[in-house]
Amino acid sequence: MKVEKRLSGSGAKMRGPAPAPGRTSAIKNMFHKDGTWAFLLLLPNIIGFLAFTLIPVIASFFLSFTSWDMLSPMKWVGLSNYVELLNDETFIKVFWNTIYFAGISVPAGIVVSLFLAVALDQNIRFKKFYRAAYFLPVVSSMVAVAVVWQFIYNPEYGLLNYFLSFIGITGPNWLTSTVWAMPAVILTTIWKNLGFNMLIFLAGLQGISDSYYEAADIDGARWHHKFLLITVPLLSPTTFFVTVMSFIGSFQVFDTVFLMTQGGPARSTSVIVHYLYENAFKYFNMGYASAMAYILFFMVFVITLIQFWRQKKWGVN
Amino acid sequence: MNKQTALKLTAHFILLSGAITMILPFLWTVSTSLKQLSEVFIFPPTLFGEEIRWDNYLRISDRFPFETYFLNSLKITVVVVIAQLITSSMAGFVFARLRFRYREVLFGLYLATMMVPAQVTMIPNFIIMRNYNLIDTHWSLILPALVSAFGTFLLRQFFLTIPASLEDAAKIDGCTPFGVYWRVFVPLSKPAMATLGVFVFMGTWNDFLAPLVYINTQAKMTLPLGLASMQGMYSTDWPVLMAGTVISIIPLIAIFLLAQDFFIKGVTLSGLKGE
Repeated sequence: MKVEKRLSGSGAKMRGPAPAPGRTSAIKNMFHKDGTWAFLLLLPNIIGFLAFTLIPVIASFFLSFTSWDMLSPMKWVGLSNYVELLNDETFIKVFWNTIYFAGISVPAGIVVSLFLAVALDQNIRFKKFYRAAYFLPVVSSMVAVAVVWQFIYNPEYGLLNYFLSFIGITGPNWLTSTVWAMPAVILTTIWKNLGFNMLIFLAGLQGISDSYYEAADIDGARWHHKFLLITVPLLSPTTFFVTVMSFIGSFQVFDTVFLMTQGGPARSTSVIVHYLYENAFKYFNMGYASAMAYILFFMVFVITLIQFWRQKKWGVN
Repeated sequence: MNKQTALKLTAHFILLSGAITMILPFLWTVSTSLKQLSEVFIFPPTLFGEEIRWDNYLRISDRFPFETYFLNSLKITVVVVIAQLITSSMAGFVFARLRFRYREVLFGLYLATMMVPAQVTMIPNFIIMRNYNLIDTHWSLILPALVSAFGTFLLRQFFLTIPASLEDAAKIDGCTPFGVYWRVFVPLSKPAMATLGVFVFMGTWNDFLAPLVYINTQAKMTLPLGLASMQGMYSTDWPVLMAGTVISIIPLIAIFLLAQDFFIKGVTLSGLKGE
């Protein structure tokens, strides 16, 4: 609230007009000041930001030091939620599951989408068709995608095992196997996000000047030389950005897991947000769940810091 | 065959196999939604059943208030899209064009909120909603989505590109800062607004976590949540489930195909923010 008052006041100080004679022109003057309008136009955003972001961020930090089930009185427990989390075997399992999920889905997704973007950048026909095709999963809801892929992974009449049988492989019972459920979830995730990353890469590729490739052609470079010595290095800011965003997104994965496997079998696909969701909205361990949210926040924060640091190094913006 | 052609053919081969992988699951969904239940379990799978069973689509609403889900989703999405276009363009204009003290600090703070994972604010927001008796109402989905740091950022970036001379001309003609916003900036920013609009539409229409947390009764569910609950209860009636899936995807695919360029611009812009 203080901020708002300073805002409207500061406008008056900075751009104070000559004292206006009469009341009407004083009001009229006020409505020609930037400060007045800055305050009025920002008001909805400020209210929304305070109510649903800033206050909740502070509140959940506070909650993470309490024990509260929303029924009995809140109890201050200090750091014990965090201590308990570090000793909670389930949390350690879902933490490593999250790392497993991110560690495979991010690099694999980036490599595949980069190759597709390079292929699409070859001044090729049917570009619009390809772009649309790869974007279909991106615009579809995760619920729809999960329904379809559960069917695809069905061991008896699913498409995946049918195709695998062509090359003589008897596919596993994907979603009920502790070994194969996570790879199945990862595969679906990569499939869904491919088009999005591909488009960002495409934008990055279009920012690389043709003159580099022309010079390379004159020097008689092969395509893989051009790819490794021109495309990859010049695209690295984009690649880095996609990597960071993908990691942040995959640390927060929930829908995919919740819809396809409910975290099972035997928690083999349960991830941090899934465990957080269960604690908060199934068992109402609000303090414990808040501590988990802050550990997640910390993970995202570290990744974002790395992003800022690299940006400075590259001297962009 | 020269090298150029060979490269292009390779590119087509890669892209086409990828595109098939992308489209096939959707085709299979449509084909399954038109089959008889017994035909679903035939192995090896067939593309079409003996006859096309359109009535699977009619059977959805026998069992589930599908139209209600659809209308709920539509209502929430339209309200959120309109609200975010208004609030984000207002805030974007302020941060791009109006001069006041602490502007950069405030903008930096606002941008920083994009970094906060939704899970951090989710629990306090749930408590707020419960205290105001808004659990299981559409307000719990609409209120937190009325403003957006991402939308503000996106439109600010666009407003920065509008030449200052237009603004000055309007001011000389006696426009207030609001007049400049409403008569100059809003009309000029239709493409940017459309980009933000399709993005918000997609995000809101597909949102699953918030409805899952806040909505309990069937009559108030959105399409994704309704579809998920339907799957929970009728996981074996694949044709009907697939018919529901098809209906839930159609609006987004339609909007995407109509506004493809805006989608692509939005992705590109959101990608550029990191550079």
